[in-house]
Amino acid sequence: MSMRKVAVVGAGMTKFVRRAQETGKELSYEASKMALDYCDLSLDQIDCVVHGTAPDSFDGVHMKGEYLADGSGGWRKPYTRCYVGGGTGVFAPIHGWYHVASGLFDLCLVVCEEKMSSCQPHPQGAFLTIFDHTTERPLGPNLLWIFAMEMNRYMHTYGLKKEDIARVSVKNKRNAADHPCSLLGDADITLEDVMNSPVLAWPVQRLDVSPVTDGAVALVLAAEHVARRISDNPVWIEGVGWNLDTSYWTNRDLCYPRYVENAARMAYDMAGITEPRKQIHIAEPYDPFDYKELHHLEGLLLFDRGKAPEATALGITQRDGDLPVCPSGGLLGVGNPIAAAGLMKVAELFWQLRGEAGARQVPGQPKRGVAQAWGDLMQVGTVIVMGV
Amino acid sequence: MTAKIEKFPGVYLREADFQEGNVLFNEWDPNAEYAWDTGVAIGRYLAELKEGRLVGVHCRECRRTVIPPRNFCEWCFRPMDEWVILPDTGTVNTFSLCYVTWDMQYLDEPEIPAVIDIDGTQPAVGIMHMLSEVDPDEVKIGMKVQAVWKPVEERQGSILDIKYFKPV
Repeated sequence: MSMRKVAVVGAGMTKFVRRAQETGKELSYEASKMALDYCDLSLDQIDCVVHGTAPDSFDGVHMKGEYLADGSGGWRKPYTRCYVGGGTGVFAPIHGWYHVASGLFDLCLVVCEEKMSSCQPHPQGAFLTIFDHTTERPLGPNLLWIFAMEMNRYMHTYGLKKEDIARVSVKNKRNAADHPCSLLGDADITLEDVMNSPVLAWPVQRLDVSPVTDGAVALVLAAEHVARRISDNPVWIEGVGWNLDTSYWTNRDLCYPRYVENAARMAYDMAGITEPRKQIHIAEPYDPFDYKELHHLEGLLLFDRGKAPEATALGITQRDGDLPVCPSGGLLGVGNPIAAAGLMKVAELFWQLRGEAGARQVPGQPKRGVAQAWGDLMQVGTVIVMGV
Repeated sequence: MTAKIEKFPGVYLREADFQEGNVLFNEWDPNAEYAWDTGVAIGRYLAELKEGRLVGVHCRECRRTVIPPRNFCEWCFRPMDEWVILPDTGTVNTFSLCYVTWDMQYLDEPEIPAVIDIDGTQPAVGIMHMLSEVDPDEVKIGMKVQAVWKPVEERQGSILDIKYFKPV
């Protein structure tokens, strides 16, 4: 394939908060402006804008992408909004990537925003519509059910204990204490805190879950010839992948995310990665629940099936471990404004690979990272590999 | 960044900001009502539920029998070959003990949603339903269960025509 090389040259983000004073447009503007300032570009130099944001029903705004467009600098430009549920945050930069890789545009601004707090009394009310309206919704489902049942199946299949999974939450919330934008960073949290938190939907407890959050993140993507001119240290998008499994979720093996593996294989092939466990130095898998980080690490082929919990217990996934996982603090620590949370992971790779992550910097000058998000009816995987 | 940037935008509104009237907001209560047509396959599924039966579909090409029924096989992309009446028994594939409502109100007694692999499906696949008549502490993955039906006169052609599943 004749595709152009694409780099990330700038990134920006707002604080992640439970309820922001700013509107979605204002959050989008703040993140976009920071990303442009980061690489000394003005909006008129941007050729196209990609926006990622979750369901319209969160905001009660029809065609939310168009509503948010001015905040992300999209007016009078080729502008598209993409949406693949929770996978959006990593899909949006993929969407931007093919705008630039194709040769159609040289500079693309990618913006992801979420303002979940508007949906009352709880954004779960909007999420519930993922269940089939005829065969499932009459049962009065609660969104937690589907995750609790997937987690239970994962634990049962591999004989895991709750502690094996709760360690992820401890690690990520501690990591997030070093993130200046984090909502739930806590340097002192312990395994006991997680294990003693209220049971919501067993085996899911309060501290196994990421919070409802408002926030925005933006990236600037550039074609190679532009990236080399405007940046001393561009971070290259080396591979992208995405994949969708069946929406008959009760017909699927819930213990393993095959769609993540498919997406990862697509991205690794493009990046020329043959041994991901050696060639990937940082991973930012999607962690809206602690078990999901483990599930996704296995889908990303970074650990054998059922073995990510053991690696976590051994400290391999700590920031100073052999494979740092969610050095940002992840969704469990930094927060989970759906689409923005996924793009935060890609921004984290950008900062980490440039050595600009401050207190969160992974030691050893990492050269390559993978970020992944997940969503829809628990069956979409989106993966991006970046390197320097 | 983060090393380079000192101050990040975004103002965190606290509960006190609302109590003290420091911020303004407005509200909207949408009137969103829908009527969903059941379609061909799920229409038959519901009609069979009204008769007290579970129905699946078989694909000869893929050699599988699945539930809920669908009128085309999404794997080989051709019509399903036949309807198959399945027993109303199965095995708990996974479950949860849920102590909260969707809007995070706590419940004293848990609801027990489960994925139940229905006997006669091949390879085994399930549907979501509820478990009851069981001590929550006794629920196990692998447990054999059977549907408890509403009385004939109360059935409406709905997934709720099965009240719940209980251990056999």
